[in-house]
Amino acid sequence: MPNTNSTAKETAPGVMAQAVKEGLLAGVLAFGMFLLYVGVETYQNIDNALVWRMRWGLLAIFVAIAAIGRFLVVGFVKPHIDRRKLAKAKAGIPEVSDEKGFFHRHFLKIALIFLVLYPPIIVSLNGVQGSLKYVDNFGIQILIYVMLAWGLNVVVGLAGLLDLGYVAFYAVGAYSYALLSDTFGLSFWLLLPLAGILAAFWGIILGFPVLRLRGDYLAIVTLAFGEIIRLVLMNWTEVTGGTAGISGVAKASIFGIWSFDVGADNNFAKVFGLPMSSAYYKIFLFYVILALCLITAYVTIKLRSMPIGRAWEALREDEIACRSLGIDTVKTKLTAFAIGAMFGGFAGSFFAARQGFVSPESFVFLESAVILAIVVLGGMGSLTGIAIAAVVMIGGTELLREMEFLKHVFGEDFTPELYRMLLFGLAMVAVMLFKPRGFVGSREPTAFLKERKAVSGSFTKEGHG
Amino acid sequence: MTSGNTTMTRDTILKVEHLSMRFGGLMAINDLSLEARRGEITALIGPNGAGKTTVFNCITGFYKPTMGMITMNRRNGEQHLLERLSDFEITKKAKVARTFQNIRLFSGLTVLENLLVAQHNKLMKASGYTIMGLLGLGSYKREAEGSIELARQWLEKADLIDRADDPAGDLPYGAQRRLEIARAMCTGPELLCLDEPAAGLNPKESLALNTLLNSIRDETGTSILLIEHDMSVVMEISDHVVVLEYGQKISDGTPDHVKNDPKVIAAYLGVDDDELEDVIHEELDGGSH
Ligand SMILES: Nc1ncnc2c1ncn2[C@@H]1O[C@H](COP(=O)(O)OP(=O)(O)OP(=O)(O)O)[C@@H](O)[C@H]1O
Ligand SMILES: [Mg+2]
Repeated sequence: MPNTNSTAKETAPGVMAQAVKEGLLAGVLAFGMFLLYVGVETYQNIDNALVWRMRWGLLAIFVAIAAIGRFLVVGFVKPHIDRRKLAKAKAGIPEVSDEKGFFHRHFLKIALIFLVLYPPIIVSLNGVQGSLKYVDNFGIQILIYVMLAWGLNVVVGLAGLLDLGYVAFYAVGAYSYALLSDTFGLSFWLLLPLAGILAAFWGIILGFPVLRLRGDYLAIVTLAFGEIIRLVLMNWTEVTGGTAGISGVAKASIFGIWSFDVGADNNFAKVFGLPMSSAYYKIFLFYVILALCLITAYVTIKLRSMPIGRAWEALREDEIACRSLGIDTVKTKLTAFAIGAMFGGFAGSFFAARQGFVSPESFVFLESAVILAIVVLGGMGSLTGIAIAAVVMIGGTELLREMEFLKHVFGEDFTPELYRMLLFGLAMVAVMLFKPRGFVGSREPTAFLKERKAVSGSFTKEGHG
Repeated sequence: MTSGNTTMTRDTILKVEHLSMRFGGLMAINDLSLEARRGEITALIGPNGAGKTTVFNCITGFYKPTMGMITMNRRNGEQHLLERLSDFEITKKAKVARTFQNIRLFSGLTVLENLLVAQHNKLMKASGYTIMGLLGLGSYKREAEGSIELARQWLEKADLIDRADDPAGDLPYGAQRRLEIARAMCTGPELLCLDEPAAGLNPKESLALNTLLNSIRDETGTSILLIEHDMSVVMEISDHVVVLEYGQKISDGTPDHVKNDPKVIAAYLGVDDDELEDVIHEELDGGSH
């Protein structure tokens, strides 16, 4: 903007005083908040007794970040934003311009092309072995969560049913694959749909008694269901292997033509005369999960514009009105639950094939919470928003592992992963402050007469049950 | 046609017999019997708390009546005992649609989508319960276009066509009322139950509502059961009026008959005939806002 530079330098003295005051306040608050969390470190001494010591340096850094950050925001960032808004208002430019940039308009196509080209790009940059980390930890990991969140989105974002036990269906899918491939030697491509169907079946079984409940009650019962499944997996040792889980789960093959088992004759690397590496398997898996994600998106988009999908959204908006229009809300909720569970089941069986190992550890409540957080952050109902949220949240936590340089700032024994949840929470608070409806808060209508106008998030409801 | 009940002529679309509804110690409806005739607008009036909405909730299955029988006589000769059906089946099978005293729209869906949701059952069937539609088989596409066409017709009738692609929650109050009626009509009802459609409307919107209701009755042959406080609406458009007080029927007949019934006048604070209208307006304005 041309006229922002000219005014940027003049800062009223009142603003600076305010900034200093708020900065100090933020520092005091941060001191209070982090004193026990960050300032105190517990460790075991030689006698194995738990003792503690203060980490004043680290605490000081936290407090300084808060104080200086607040000072800068109040003193510089806010006035700057206000001036820009004012300048825009004066110039008569509307807040949201209708014209979107090239990138914005073709965002989906660009994203898809990037994803398809991602493994070759990574391989050419880092070599086959070096690509492992990026394809597996970033690519596959993020895409699994994208798929899970898109599946949960059907239940929470579209139908408005708060499901806190979604991870149960993920577990059903994973264990279905692990057990059935173990006992019957069935292939991944047969078990993938089967795992989805089994998970959908469990979705319906759970749905029947639970869906008469609404709101908080539904949330609590689904939470309990998730825990029950996990406890069954942990304690039914003869079948599930208990806490030790099941290891040596069969790998997926390229439709039975090439295998990734090291000893097999049709081993992919052997057939093509490539050096042995597990990276090929990961790259293959990357494309599998990408395809699964695309199927999920396609089905969700299709369903949304069909009567059933519209009924889901109507259910989220007003259940009583739905019933007054002759919609069987119980059946409608059950289909949402079943479809959501099915996607969870697909993701689960994929997870088992990728990991080669399943145990109850992987299906704790925290997983459900993370998936739900992604759905909420992305903007309930919006596939694009949810995908972005998954990249930010899961990619972000993975990135933390890479942040070796933080050790120089916070000291040698600083392990960034341990602060994952803290940052997770911080990010959520920040997003909810600035974008209370998630990254993409508006919804696309499924039909239109003259023009398709996005519905602002202020009109849509979150659902009550 | 399977004709049935001898006590019910072909002209009667809805028959309520000895209906009672008890909430704990409160008898909200006490032994109420009434009839609505096919092709007519029947008004249900009465002071606040008389039990009008409760009657609607019993007819449309949102409450299970403590006692009584509600018979719906469909055009094709089918008879449905509404007290035995659940709420959504009453709309689906017995073809009774309703609106709510406090508007219930899908505010985050567009106006058009609201009307499409109302055609859910028809579209579900056409899409082969989603499976055929997902595969692009069957008549779903044609049916989907037909449903948009039907929605367009109702949008025109309700004078909402210009707002078709806006969220329903963004409409002004009067338009929301009309949309709710249009949405109910999209379920293809034979009996339409309207709970105070004119409440909160300005005179102009009120007039537009009268036109809409008359056109519904005359062009589609849908019978209407109407709860209304606004006497100008009631006297103008209804063919038949039933008056409730404390859950009991105190009068029943043509608008003129009811207007001059001393019991009705007494119920509305015992005022004179010509002051009746004004008092009711005052009562409404003072009492419900
Ligand atoms: N679900 C319920 N539980 C308990 N009491 C109820 C319930 N619904 C209605 N009532 C009571 O039944 C009586 C009749 O209420 P109703 O809503 O049918 O009156 P109404 O004639 O529609 O009044 P208004 O003109 O104010 O809409 C009232 O005393 C009300 O408090
Ligand atoms: Mg009422």
